[in-house]
Amino acid sequence: MGNQSFLFIVFIVIQLILTTHSLYFHIRETERKCFIEEIPDQTLVIGKYKVELFDAATNTYLPSTPGIGMHVEVKDPEEKIVLSKLYTSEGRFTFTSHTPGEHVICLYSNSTAWFGGQQLRVHLDIDIGEHAVDYQQISAKEKLTELQLRVRQLLDQVEQISKEQSYQRYREERFRATSESTNQRVLWWSIAQLLILVIAGFWQMRHLKGFFEAKKLV
Amino acid sequence: MLKLSLPIPLFLIVFLLKQICCNELTFELPDNAKECFHEKLKIGSKYTLEFQVVTGGNYDVDVELRSPSDKILFQVQKKQYDQIERTADEDGVYQFCFSNEFSTYTHKVIYIDWRVDGDPEHEISSANPRVAEGALTMIESKVGNIHRNLESCIDYQTHHRLREATGRARAEDLQERVQIWSIGQFILIIIVAIGTVLLLRSFFTDRRTPSSMTWHR
Repeated sequence: MGNQSFLFIVFIVIQLILTTHSLYFHIRETERKCFIEEIPDQTLVIGKYKVELFDAATNTYLPSTPGIGMHVEVKDPEEKIVLSKLYTSEGRFTFTSHTPGEHVICLYSNSTAWFGGQQLRVHLDIDIGEHAVDYQQISAKEKLTELQLRVRQLLDQVEQISKEQSYQRYREERFRATSESTNQRVLWWSIAQLLILVIAGFWQMRHLKGFFEAKKLV
Repeated sequence: MLKLSLPIPLFLIVFLLKQICCNELTFELPDNAKECFHEKLKIGSKYTLEFQVVTGGNYDVDVELRSPSDKILFQVQKKQYDQIERTADEDGVYQFCFSNEFSTYTHKVIYIDWRVDGDPEHEISSANPRVAEGALTMIESKVGNIHRNLESCIDYQTHHRLREATGRARAEDLQERVQIWSIGQFILIIIVAIGTVLLLRSFFTDRRTPSSMTWHR
């Protein structure tokens, strides 16, 4: 039993360590970094980020610098702003899509510099749909057994798959509409260009004939 | 102590559910630009990097994967899609970079899928045998099977979506270009027709003056 409680503690420690690891990239203070997410509608998106400022004195990145904030701006497929908020150096943003399509998530710091600026290290983690669900929270709140939790995960996955399928139908419809519109345009413009060529030819002949007759050259 | 024995397997499963996670990002890479991503990995962890160029030019990008000791683990030029599965053989920060420096004006949209599976520390806790009945274990394994199949299903869907996005971007681009060029050609025909007539007229109007003098001799 002592062994189990020890493992339990080790496990919690591992959890704490692992939550700090994630993919990161560097941007300048005035730079804007955007990510595109193509998602079906009614999908939950959770983004977690952490910003670190480069300290030239110690040549490392300082964690949790006060004063550095990040603007998070999310635009929906119709270029309408869904979310635009300023968060602290470590934040979490959430939004639910209401229209299917390409959403653009942009991050930029609230730096007052005009150009250049120092380097920032941004840890980012964007979870969409089924990945955004926090199973720990659900198991704690609803007190589910392990099997029930797994089945719950399967249900979430299947729901995401079905949403993605219906989004695919919507995309295919758009693609078909675009192709048919191109087909129509090619058809009508070709006819129009043919007509304009013939008309221009006739007009040229008639005009020049009249012109030469008036000049008594013909 | 008995109370602890129930949450432990539960948390292990929850941990497993949370651990097998991924980082999927789609970003735009402007021309002549290089974009790098870094992650700190422990020795022995398996990682998978999958990338696909969704739109832009010839659908190609240069990729480079470096180990913490600045050794090039993987390098490829002008590839549209690839999947790299490796095991980390040293501790430290691994980085992978995408370069569009060979392109002069096309910017590319790149999709990346970065998955890190497992940590050696995690294996210590999974070695703990769980107290479970025989029948439950079979259901669990079947459920695990379904879970893996659904994950691969979602993965296929993602790739289908990316390929479809490539086709759709091309089609929309074509539609716009057809419109612009057709209007341009239409106007050009009219201009050329009128221009030709005016030019011919100008030839005959100039020569008129000397010839009229010769006629009236």
